Amino acid sequence: MPALTMTEKILAKRLGRAPSPGEHVVVPIDYVYMHDGTFPLALRVLQEMGMESQVDPGRLILFIDHAAPAPSVAAALVHQEMRRFARKYGVRLHDVGRGISHQVMVEEGYARPWRIILGADSHTVTLGAVGSFATGVGSTDAAVAAVSGKAWIRVPEQVRVRLSGAELPRGVMGKDVALKLVSVLGANGAIYKALEFQGDLETLSLAARLTVSNMVVEAGAKLGLFPVDGLAAKTLLEEYGVEAPRLYPDAGAEYSDELELELGSLEPLVAAPPRVDNVKAVTEVEGIEVDQVFIGSCTNGRYEDFVAAARILRRHRVREGVRCIAVPASRRVFQELSRDGIVDVLAGAGCVVTYGTCGPCLGAHFGLLGEGETAVSTSNRNFVGRMGHRDSKVYLASPLTAAASAVTGRITDPRSLI
Amino acid sequence: MSLVVRGRAWVLGDNITTDHIISGKYKYSKMGRLEDMLPYVFADVIPGFYEKVRPGDVIVAGEGFGYGSSREHAARLLRMIGIGAVVAKSFHRIFYRNAINSGLPVIVAKRIPDVTEQGDIVEVRVEEGIVTNVTRGVVERVAGLEEPLLSILRAGGLVEYVKRHGRLPW
Ligand code: SF4
Repeated sequence: MPALTMTEKILAKRLGRAPSPGEHVVVPIDYVYMHDGTFPLALRVLQEMGMESQVDPGRLILFIDHAAPAPSVAAALVHQEMRRFARKYGVRLHDVGRGISHQVMVEEGYARPWRIILGADSHTVTLGAVGSFATGVGSTDAAVAAVSGKAWIRVPEQVRVRLSGAELPRGVMGKDVALKLVSVLGANGAIYKALEFQGDLETLSLAARLTVSNMVVEAGAKLGLFPVDGLAAKTLLEEYGVEAPRLYPDAGAEYSDELELELGSLEPLVAAPPRVDNVKAVTEVEGIEVDQVFIGSCTNGRYEDFVAAARILRRHRVREGVRCIAVPASRRVFQELSRDGIVDVLAGAGCVVTYGTCGPCLGAHFGLLGEGETAVSTSNRNFVGRMGHRDSKVYLASPLTAAASAVTGRITDPRSLI
Repeated sequence: MSLVVRGRAWVLGDNITTDHIISGKYKYSKMGRLEDMLPYVFADVIPGFYEKVRPGDVIVAGEGFGYGSSREHAARLLRMIGIGAVVAKSFHRIFYRNAINSGLPVIVAKRIPDVTEQGDIVEVRVEEGIVTNVTRGVVERVAGLEEPLLSILRAGGLVEYVKRHGRLPW
């Protein structure tokens, strides 16, 4: 075989040959997952096809994470239906409180290098950080994959994204790398493409990589793959007990395009509403008044995100009049933070702390915005009305920038507080 | 279902998101019942769309059509409301898949969107990969779709395919 990229290697292993970009192939999948937002339509599809009883419990995984615990009777009914379905067919269900699907997929070791995973959620791309060919699909695709264990895939063109600069500057996090990437590519800049990250990755933690992979879909990408190097393998083993095989592109693998991001000159960034690619330096928008700060989501709800926020919130209180909502992405993250006293630091500074829900990220519950209100959020989308009222505004930022803004009540460069 | 669509064009610009097609607030308040959401399709973008749209009409848009949530409602609702095809300069991939699975032809065309005005008659020959603006006499050859996508579209969507053939296309 010729020299292959990571994307090609994973597909070639299933196909027995090297795939070419643009081609449609049918591949076996390892897992498909759905959540309480996408399950109802998937169930309807299964019922319409008369295939409900044929779902493969070895492949399907369910999560209750979007509106969990149920904030409405409608949501409660969906949850009931999911529990009934899971019991009936022996399907694994991660119920209220366990956490956001993408995070739990990693923690439970479902997501591993070389696997092909579909999720009925656009941020399934998060799992590319641990070397999974993972991408989002709709409910019909997910339903069909849950029955057949297969899916049709258009082989994506591959883009090499070189991250250079050995260390992130002070006050800069993985989120700023992700925002920079989306701003360089634009919201349509990577449609259908697989991004493969290379370069100086030794200092980019697995948590930071998960943040970057999470946001590749904001540029339209199908995949955001990191190599599974020593750092990733070590973290997966120590944190989650996963023995991860390595994954690298072959030397000389060809890419359709190439991009380089110089990390050494990055500064804290925000995505200003209402577009994720509307990225500005924090210093350009500093001073804008903030009503709410949300630290959490599948983008930035990991241990190191709250440790970063706590660096600031340990010494400063949340400003009077600002709501600061901290939602670790899973029960496991919550417990680790609690064990290390970080929950106390956050609560002591005036944050509301809970665990394991998407909650405010999609405006489902647990902190919606009122008319004309402004939020700084560590999540991944800032569309009109995303977190509440049509006339509310969301600035996307790192946990450090979010914490700094919670303290001053204005969008604030975290470098002034650390 | 024949894979030739001919209808009036609804012209839209770049970056039409799934939230433009059906605003999130309707998706989450109703958690289910697609039929109830139909009157709200494009409600914030094209006033009166629900009353004015006719079966076979074609949406002609710019870059990045279908950005956003993986929720399939957007594609399904366009099909249910009678849209015959969407022609755009580029599509976000989850929407593209959902459209195929819903039986809604989605065609990438680079020139037609630039020459098409609201209400022009547009014809899409899906299998041959030809898009014509009949009103202006502009013909564009586009990349045709491959199997199994064509079979799915011919059946009117993946669910219909399975109902008709009693099995999946793969
Ligand atoms: S946290 Fe937000 S972006 Fe992530 S899965 Fe939940 S709703 Fe989607």
